[in-house]
Amino acid sequence: MHQAVSAAISIGFFGLAYAMVLYLISVGLSVTLGLMGVVNLAHGAFAMFGGYAVTELMARAGLPFWAALTGGVVLVAAGGAVLERVLYRRLYGGDELDQVLLTIGLVFISLAAARFGFGTLDQVFHPPAALAGTITIAGRSFPTYRSFLILCGAGLVALLWLAVDRTRFGAMLRAAVDNPRMAEAVGIDTGRLFAISFALGSGLAALGGGLGAEILPISPAYPVQYLVDFLTVVAVGGAGSIRGPFLAALLLGISQTAFLYFWPAAGSFFIDALTLGLLMWRPRGLVPAA
Amino acid sequence: MRRFATMLAAAGAALGLTLAPAGAKTIRIGIITTYSGPLAPPGISMDRGLTLYAKLHAKDLPKGVKVSIIRRDDTGIAPATAKRLAQELVTRDHVQFLAGSVYSPDALAIAPLATEAKVPFVVMNAAAADLVRKSPYVVRDSFTLWQVAMPMGEWAAKHGMGDAYTAVSDYAPGWDAEGGFIAGIKAAGGKIVGSVRFPLNNPDFAPVLQRIKDLHPHTLFIFVPGGPQSTQMMKTFNALGLAKAGIHLVTTQDLLIDSELPKMGNIPLGVVSSGTYQEASPRPANRAFVAAFQKAYPGSVPDFPAMQGWDGMAMIFRVIRQTGGKFTPAQAMDILSHYSTTNSPRGPFHIDPATRDVVENVYIRRVEKLKNGQLANVRFDTFPMVSDPWAKMHPQK
Repeated sequence: MHQAVSAAISIGFFGLAYAMVLYLISVGLSVTLGLMGVVNLAHGAFAMFGGYAVTELMARAGLPFWAALTGGVVLVAAGGAVLERVLYRRLYGGDELDQVLLTIGLVFISLAAARFGFGTLDQVFHPPAALAGTITIAGRSFPTYRSFLILCGAGLVALLWLAVDRTRFGAMLRAAVDNPRMAEAVGIDTGRLFAISFALGSGLAALGGGLGAEILPISPAYPVQYLVDFLTVVAVGGAGSIRGPFLAALLLGISQTAFLYFWPAAGSFFIDALTLGLLMWRPRGLVPAA
Repeated sequence: MRRFATMLAAAGAALGLTLAPAGAKTIRIGIITTYSGPLAPPGISMDRGLTLYAKLHAKDLPKGVKVSIIRRDDTGIAPATAKRLAQELVTRDHVQFLAGSVYSPDALAIAPLATEAKVPFVVMNAAAADLVRKSPYVVRDSFTLWQVAMPMGEWAAKHGMGDAYTAVSDYAPGWDAEGGFIAGIKAAGGKIVGSVRFPLNNPDFAPVLQRIKDLHPHTLFIFVPGGPQSTQMMKTFNALGLAKAGIHLVTTQDLLIDSELPKMGNIPLGVVSSGTYQEASPRPANRAFVAAFQKAYPGSVPDFPAMQGWDGMAMIFRVIRQTGGKFTPAQAMDILSHYSTTNSPRGPFHIDPATRDVVENVYIRRVEKLKNGQLANVRFDTFPMVSDPWAKMHPQK
């Protein structure tokens, strides 16, 4: 009995930390897909560059963790805004093959750029001293950094959902996802809306990549290595949905952790089977956007 | 007829001239190792060791003999690439030695070509036990995981660490480390309470280690390939507080590879491991090696792949020196497989002519803080002249 409880706590804890990282990275992908109808396969690259920005700004420029994280998010969001204006906007409502070709091209460019700029090795990520080691809660010790990741992730998710539900920008965003032509007809500047939400999505991905560098190590292979995980989260959650991917991230994070915990050799097979089953049951995702 | 022969000789001489300056004989050595990609660090280390030996000992070569090292990048665990590179080195570059191989799958792909082309293949790291049986032209100066892990198991069982859990990367060297450790601990009266294999390309070790923490074995044996994963594993081990929970870690030199130790902070302090080489060894041959290495590559720490590259090149140089640079593949294999030295940075070692595999000391070491504040693997016990136990347990039919 005792063992079962401690296994459940361990899996819940590590699964939750992993889910937070997955969700922060994937939610932007869901919005781009739902709002603009663009399959952005290069989305993982934003998370990767967020991770590089954090680790490099800490190691080379000697910035503290928080400053490096903020710097990374701002840089990547700005880069995302530029890319949206220059490249992505050409794809709106366009052919899917064009989208795939362009975004896969961006993936290759990002791989080569990362390899050229930072070498092929995994980045060494040191959490700030205050978050290193373990903390004890109710007689059990937990790694401090992951506890922080869960709290921080929960806070960000709450903030994001509040913003989407309660602000004017959120209302415009929801309106545009539901019916873009009607949104335009009532005077919403969808072009501007697209640019802002794309930049926000990129920034969130960078935040996820930077915060999650301990769980998903940053290397040039990152955008390809974890692409399937990000796409799974969006497909299972429901493209365009804000809440659906959270549910999917929880499911994926916890089941992946459970397999690594009990049966690491067989993990990915069952995860893929689970995804397949869920998509056959609900092809439009757990929480389809209208 | 005679005219034809003269022409042929002239053509041969002309060809010879294009290959090497007049009067000089060049021995071509083809190195296939990992120079790029996430698995490159041990390959680069190996290259530095062998390059350094060749540079420092070029003066010891017979008069008029030169060595030309041709480097090829297998990019990691990529047997098809390794095989193609070996083929090119043999047919196009006419190498007289093949050498290198960090990873066993690559070495296993090269071995049949060594047989076909009759080119001696000096394996400088790849540790799969049965590799030496794949070709009579393979000779190995590194180690097998059985050879290193079995003494660790024996030592653990004899020192109150007889209830152990094993956790290894799920690929051949990991299975060998697991097999060797279990055989060792059982031979010395200990027992295994559980075993787990985790994927080689695992992004996150935390769930695996957390399970072990929840099960709380007395002793934990870990194997990961030496390199960046070593640091990642030790950091996760620390972040989860396994040591604080009273779990005793034992391992092989891969997890505590000398070149990664400086990146681990104080985490591995006190951890016991088995290995064939430690950078901190006070042996004069090793101090000279370390000094030369750090002079040639400032800021870097030589580790066991570097030492194996160095020793492998020393073996090749012995062939060239003993024969004056003129040898058949059979003669070269004869000298290589009777190689013996007391003066390697690791200490004494020799090649067993029957198996063409290395026989060497396996050291039990503990991570300690040196006077200069740096961590190092420090030897405190020795299993003298160990040969591969797997080969003894699985005699060749």
